Amino acid sequence: MPLAVGKGRLERGVAWLDERLGLTSIREFVAHKTVPVHSGTLWYYFGGVTLFLFAIQVATGILLLLYYRPTATEAYESVQFIMTRVQFGWLIRSIHSWSANLMILAAFIHMFSVVFLRAYRRPRELTWLSGVALLGLALGFGFSGYLLPWNTISYFATKVGTDMAGSVPWAGPALARFLRGGDDVGGATLTRFFGFHVAVLPAVATALIGLHLMLVQRHGISSPPWIEKRFAATGGRVPQMRFFPNFFLREMMAWYAALGVLGCLAALFPWELGDKADPFASAPAGIRPEWYFLAPFYTLKLIPSHVGFMEGELLGLIGFGLLALGWVLLPFWATNRAGVERTRLVTGAGVVVVAYLATFSLLGYLK
Amino acid sequence: MAGERRGFLKWILGGGVAASVGSFIYPVLRFVDPPAVPEAVVNEVVAGKVQDFKVNSGKIVKFGSRPVLLIRTGETGWRAFSAVCTHLNCTVQYKEDARAIWCACHNGMYDLNGNVVSGPPPKPLDEFVVRLRGDEVFVSRRA
Amino acid sequence: MRRATIWLALGLVPAGLAAGPPKDSCVECHAALADELQKPALTFATDIHSQHGFSCADCHGGDRGADDAEIAMSAAHGFKGKPARKMAPQLCARCHSDVGLMRRYNPRERVDQYAEYQTSVHGKLIASGDEAAATCIDCHSVHDIRAVKDPLSPVHPLRLPETCARCHADAARMAKYKIPTNQFAEYRQSVHWEALAKRRDLSAPSCASCHGNHGATPPQVSSVAAVCGSCHAMMEDLYDKSPHHDVFAAMNLGGCVVCHSNHGVKMLAGEGSVCKQCHEAGSAESRTAAGMAATITKLDSALKSSDAVLAQAARSGMEVSEAVMKEQDGREALVKARVAVHTLDPFVVQKAAEAGMAIAAETRHAGEAALKERDFRRFGLLFALLAIAVTIAGLWLAVRALERGAPPLEESGRR
Repeated sequence: MPLAVGKGRLERGVAWLDERLGLTSIREFVAHKTVPVHSGTLWYYFGGVTLFLFAIQVATGILLLLYYRPTATEAYESVQFIMTRVQFGWLIRSIHSWSANLMILAAFIHMFSVVFLRAYRRPRELTWLSGVALLGLALGFGFSGYLLPWNTISYFATKVGTDMAGSVPWAGPALARFLRGGDDVGGATLTRFFGFHVAVLPAVATALIGLHLMLVQRHGISSPPWIEKRFAATGGRVPQMRFFPNFFLREMMAWYAALGVLGCLAALFPWELGDKADPFASAPAGIRPEWYFLAPFYTLKLIPSHVGFMEGELLGLIGFGLLALGWVLLPFWATNRAGVERTRLVTGAGVVVVAYLATFSLLGYLK
Repeated sequence: MAGERRGFLKWILGGGVAASVGSFIYPVLRFVDPPAVPEAVVNEVVAGKVQDFKVNSGKIVKFGSRPVLLIRTGETGWRAFSAVCTHLNCTVQYKEDARAIWCACHNGMYDLNGNVVSGPPPKPLDEFVVRLRGDEVFVSRRA
Repeated sequence: MRRATIWLALGLVPAGLAAGPPKDSCVECHAALADELQKPALTFATDIHSQHGFSCADCHGGDRGADDAEIAMSAAHGFKGKPARKMAPQLCARCHSDVGLMRRYNPRERVDQYAEYQTSVHGKLIASGDEAAATCIDCHSVHDIRAVKDPLSPVHPLRLPETCARCHADAARMAKYKIPTNQFAEYRQSVHWEALAKRRDLSAPSCASCHGNHGATPPQVSSVAAVCGSCHAMMEDLYDKSPHHDVFAAMNLGGCVVCHSNHGVKMLAGEGSVCKQCHEAGSAESRTAAGMAATITKLDSALKSSDAVLAQAARSGMEVSEAVMKEQDGREALVKARVAVHTLDPFVVQKAAEAGMAIAAETRHAGEAALKERDFRRFGLLFALLAIAVTIAGLWLAVRALERGAPPLEESGRR
């Protein structure tokens, strides 16, 4: 069905594009997209918010690229330059740093809402896998980006982080060398992390986000099983809301609210710069990683240096590895062979993981 | 009635969007406009012209925000050191008669290699590199 | 038979290899004794002499290789027993003044300590028969002597003052010499002690820096300024050119210590209080003093107020590190102004302070600009938040308008 019926210039312009881009079919597709309406609809916003915050990261990141210099001698000074000399540089940089944290928080909330609303069930296993991969990428973005200002805290956080990577069995030393670009954290590490942060990770993330969104469009938005059951009992279907314009307008409210929060954070709690990294100075007391790494960090601190015949750190890393593997494979063990949902197991696992992450992050912060 | 409401709604939404988008775009536009001093001075500074420096004289030059002591030891001899005394951070000066670097605060003395000769300073002065390009003198960090 | 010989030979090899340091029967026997006879043997391993291969016999005489006490400690082998304390300097000097010998262990080691000691007050007292005066072992300890650089040595810069104070703060001991015993207490109030003990600046002066160590003698009145001037060269230079120099010399007063005191050296407060000691209120000199004090106080408070503004800006999250670094120049100017006081010329002090005042004004201005920028940011934030709030309200109204007539709910849509 052709879009443009009138003779106005706008209508003709749209018709021109439609003939070449097929806007009509996109419009029809979007018109059919719906979102389930129930008590848990609120959680559906978090995926979009995560995406929005990622877009903010890309935009502010590109702006920062106009002035940032990725060498050990100039990185810190260039960030200082951005914060003090570039007009609104403080705003762009603080938004970039705060939005990074908010994005990871939103990603975690989105992931746990998927677990508790059971949106990982067949046929959405690949959506789950791509989503978990995206969370890992987000943490990679955070880890690589953290080093770029080349200040004391980021230098030592990277040292600790790459040391931990180095204690992975068998592949550890090679992995650490790959990450560091050498035997120590230095200028080579900075260049490498910069490459990861602005080229490699964005490329992979774009591909995975594309896949993730495509899968969501293909399978639609899932409703929790108990909601489905309730409506199936009366012979109906879960009530749906049109995505466009109803859900979309609401999503816009959420995005605007996120912008407001970011603005407040950037203006009232500007991100610190600290002192330039000095590889020869000793690590400052109380050094700790960003909050999203606090839980494993604190756990490793608690494990004694030797457990049986194994090094404590190694045991911890193996533990995290197994935990991560189990979590990634969640859709596959959430249902038993007979196709029955292991609901209590999954809920229990979800609650335990949230509680563990929350408690240990808090403890890691306080200690 | 509905028309009025819709008009009011259009105003609110339109105005809000315009104002908010404006408050986002304005900083971005100012951001991409480079500041007056286009880059942070970090690695190299121009200390002046060769003719401005007398033989056997020293001058304090700003390197970023720290002082550097540039010494012309001869017609073609130049030395440059951090001018921050390693004892208690006073600014050092060049003493022509002694051909040495002196700190007035507690009588610390450094030689023209930056090494401590006498007095309380615990460490030598950091050395900088001096290069001449044409008739201009450039001071830069050691690699 | 051959096999046994081979085994025996093989057994002796490790024994030979495990021969270890030369035998020291003194330490071996005395370690098994008790109380005073045992103590030196226990601590001697930490002594620097032991570490260089010396044994008790090298000072006390005797034979270190003999297990039999009668032989080891016989007069035939030169055993001297416990020497008198007053003999310690000569005993130590036997080696420590011998250039050829000291060169074998440390070619750069000084060998004039005994010569210096003999010129010191301690040395002269010992020579005159007063056995209570300090000798080598009173400061360096004995049987557990450590290098001066070793922080456990009683003459390490951080421990030297308390070592001197062991006698010099003891009123009973010092009574017969009629010298005060408050030096250590006063010194502990001084800026020099603060630099030494709190900032760990080992170059800061302690007792030996001004009095000498082996040749310990208080500086003569006429040389006080030179002694202080060994570090405070500028002050000495200015003082020598100032009116005070001749006046104090004529009154036989010791230069710097007249105003700054000798042991309890502190920064003098700015209100010219110390000048009142000699100069009457209302005199030209006291007006000069008040003028200089006022200049310095003005600069000090200008710097402090600039500091406060910058601290406030930094607390609000503004980046003011450059201005904070510039303040360092301002503080240098304050130091220069304080130094200029020694010229006793208010115009010189004024000139030195002017540079500092300019810097303080500049940094304060930077701080105020930062605070203004902070306020601008908050205003901008308010505007943006307002725009955002209006937009959210508009969106909400739009949703409501949209869903008032037709419900958003559909039965259709995918699973």
